[in-house]
Amino acid sequence: MAEKRAIELLETKIQELRELNKMEEIDMSSEIVLLEKKLDALKINTYSNLSDWERVKIARHPERPYALDYIDKAFADFYELHGDRISGDDRALLVGLAQLQGKPVVLLAQQKGHSTEENKQRYFGMPRPQGYRKAKRIMALAERFSFPLISLIDTPGAYPGLEAEEFNIGGAIANNLLAMAELQTPTIAVIIGEGGSGGALAVGVADRVLMLENATYSVISPEGASVVLWKDKGKTKQAANALNLTAEHLLKLEVIDEVIPEPLGGAHKDPQKTIASFKEVLTRHFTEVCDTPPEELLSARYKRYRSIGCYRTLSDHR
Amino acid sequence: MAIFKDKHYLRVKLDKETDESLWMQCKSCGELVFKRRVRENNNICPYCGEYFFLTARERIESLIDEGSFTDISKPIMAADPLLFQDTKPYSQRIEDAQEKTGLADAIIIGSVVISGIAVVVGVMDFRFIGGSMGSVMGEQICHGMEEAIRNQCPFILVSSSGGARIQEGILSLMQMAKTSVVRARLAEQRLPFISVMTYPTTAGVQASIASLGDVIIAEKGAMIGFAGRRVIKGTIAEELPPNYQTDSFALEHGSIDRVANREHLREELSNVLRFFVRQ
Repeated sequence: MAEKRAIELLETKIQELRELNKMEEIDMSSEIVLLEKKLDALKINTYSNLSDWERVKIARHPERPYALDYIDKAFADFYELHGDRISGDDRALLVGLAQLQGKPVVLLAQQKGHSTEENKQRYFGMPRPQGYRKAKRIMALAERFSFPLISLIDTPGAYPGLEAEEFNIGGAIANNLLAMAELQTPTIAVIIGEGGSGGALAVGVADRVLMLENATYSVISPEGASVVLWKDKGKTKQAANALNLTAEHLLKLEVIDEVIPEPLGGAHKDPQKTIASFKEVLTRHFTEVCDTPPEELLSARYKRYRSIGCYRTLSDHR
Repeated sequence: MAIFKDKHYLRVKLDKETDESLWMQCKSCGELVFKRRVRENNNICPYCGEYFFLTARERIESLIDEGSFTDISKPIMAADPLLFQDTKPYSQRIEDAQEKTGLADAIIIGSVVISGIAVVVGVMDFRFIGGSMGSVMGEQICHGMEEAIRNQCPFILVSSSGGARIQEGILSLMQMAKTSVVRARLAEQRLPFISVMTYPTTAGVQASIASLGDVIIAEKGAMIGFAGRRVIKGTIAEELPPNYQTDSFALEHGSIDRVANREHLREELSNVLRFFVRQ
């Protein structure tokens, strides 16, 4: 943590020198260059060896860009659509139309709140059955009009609550998995923050799965694993490590296709730069899937998920 | 007490190693019961009607025409892709569970006949790491559905699982997607998929393949749901109803089609299969 303090101090110092530099007769540029070099070295040293638990914290950082930040900057003309047509409009999972490279797309976006008040409305980014059913409704729309579907994933998980159970949240998730398996339109999922288990996967079965460098994607939260497996609340760091939940691990496990780089220290250090690299990687994959014949996409999607997993034949054993 | 005239329940074989003691105490009513009598009664307490766990083999025997079972499981077992270790290495956990159950993993795939109808079944075994779904179970379920497609016959899945197998990390989560894509193929083929939910059918299994049946039947006493009681109590101060996540809760809220007693489950299956399979 001492390094982080040093980085902050250096950043403030450089900022001050820049202010000074603006004044006539004072030339601080060589000092600034020197300090910037020091700062870069310090940042690389501090941030290039992040532990998995540190990445979990970055993925959950309150200043991290959320789905709407990406939508505002990387897409044009976002036109939100509301409601599952049955029981409500979930504010943790937004859906709508937008343009990417001049083409209409359907967006599914898990959105956390920036303030306590907003978070109350958005259930801290935890979608309820209403959200998943709204997503399913909009998948059908995407298919009908051959709009590519893009999901932005950022959720601690599906909302655990009595009403959610009454409305069969598990069934809603299951039906989305099936719908996404069959969906006859190109699909891309991007994990931009937290990929919380079934609540994330329910909008995450796709032709391409991309992931921000410091995002996480896991079957259970480190806190959950700590309690369930270690029977001890204090094993979250160990659990984070054991779960292999970072983008780097998931690329090796072939669960995701590409890692989208973040600035040193995380997306919140430079949201603009993050969103630019998000857009660059996304549009590349977008062009590719849009140029692939639908039958080919569907058969590749089938193969991708049919072959996922790791086991050995019994004869290998013993 | 006609229940004791164990004519058609006398299918469950007694295995020696679990039979060191002849008597057991029912956890529900406290009665001391002759173990053999419980087994012969589909693992239901003859005094209070409490259901005990059925092993996968016992469950299969309780549902099918006698002697019709052939094990068609793929010869595979869990690898340890993450070299996962919590209080015990995952590899050790697998070995222990195999030792305890005599199974390769938490599911058996069988080719069986139910009331004269050929069916592929997948039956989970809760004793094996809580019936958790990892890469092996995901592959076996897909294999079962593909066998059903090959034989153009129905697929039945009897779930008994706490959810995904955490020790396989993201790969276990992905089994939810994997089983769903193959389930779509079964649907394309217009082959029926009957999902039977028993105690417990929760989390990753309930939120994927188990909820995707053409018909979903719960065994009486099942636990069905996504987030456990403890998790919900942790996030909200809501009072949970006494029937929370039971079969009656799921039926009342429209999550499942029907509920059947254990002793009627076989009849229930043969009744529903007849609508789909003309003989």
